[in-house]
Amino acid sequence: MALEPIDQRLIAGLAEGLALVPRPYAALGRSIGLSESETIARLGNLIGQGVIQRLGVIVRHHELGYRANAMVVWDVADAAVAMAGRSLAGLPFVSLCYQRPRRPPEWSYNLFCMIHGRVRVEVEALIERATDQAGLGSCPRAVLFSRRRFKQQGARYPGGPAVARAIEMAR
Amino acid sequence: MAATSPQTTATVATATLSLFEQRLLDEYQRDLPLSPAPFAEIGRQLGVGEDDVLAALNRLQKAGLIARVGATVRPHQAGYSTLAAMAVPPERLDEVAALVGGFAEVNHNYEREHRFNLWFVVVAADRAEVDAVVRAIEARSGLVVLDLPLIESFRLDLGFSLPWHSSRSTSD
Repeated sequence: MALEPIDQRLIAGLAEGLALVPRPYAALGRSIGLSESETIARLGNLIGQGVIQRLGVIVRHHELGYRANAMVVWDVADAAVAMAGRSLAGLPFVSLCYQRPRRPPEWSYNLFCMIHGRVRVEVEALIERATDQAGLGSCPRAVLFSRRRFKQQGARYPGGPAVARAIEMAR
Repeated sequence: MAATSPQTTATVATATLSLFEQRLLDEYQRDLPLSPAPFAEIGRQLGVGEDDVLAALNRLQKAGLIARVGATVRPHQAGYSTLAAMAVPPERLDEVAALVGGFAEVNHNYEREHRFNLWFVVVAADRAEVDAVVRAIEARSGLVVLDLPLIESFRLDLGFSLPWHSSRSTSD
């Protein structure tokens, strides 16, 4: 399903966030030539279709005190990966959960999730719980705690991939 | 290349959030009212004025606790992305991280504890543009990039649950 150009512009216009003004949808619509009511209706449709996953306050985990985050990966039989993934995804402390391809011989893991916590020991305990509850105890696993987040060096997306910028992944 | 510094000030800010601010952060990560004056509506729901909501959101944004009031978009609905990883010799990590971070298409550039120690997301308009960035990074670094695009997502992005009391965070 391809997005209509006007919806692409709408999502691009949202990339920096809504203006913090009394009528933010009117301001967003004005920037791309839509009326306030049309802007609201289109946003509602995009949310209904699942193109926009959520519209609201985008928080920063690290700054809120969630300083420890680990990407946890398992090598799960392809036939079992969807069930394990759905099981992990049901846990409240798992924020993202994906199947991705293996790249043998360097990379043999196909199930990925992110777990955030305030401190490392808390995350380590959550990883064990996740492993147990998803029945992944016998699968090879690696835990990749984050060490540093590098700042962006480049120009902040002048125009071009503004749509893509709104995509949040691997937070 | 600079890494983000430990933000001790933010810890203080978190500790001093009012109940109203905590609710703003916790309860409005999705379902922002789709009415002409959403901040006034939030104010009505939380028993404060529109001005208070706007002032609090401005303050939280300045303090760095919120990135924006906006949307997250389902992967591959508007553009294409991949998760990429590199095994960088430790003495080259800062240099290669700077090279990678210099691409406007690169997001979420992290050092992680693993032989594959540099992880980032490449987002662009389509698969071909993402591939071009990955190949350019390989050419300029002389290192291999693992390209790990999404096959399936098992979790809808529902926001991030913020259990303010540590007793709640470990009991659920």
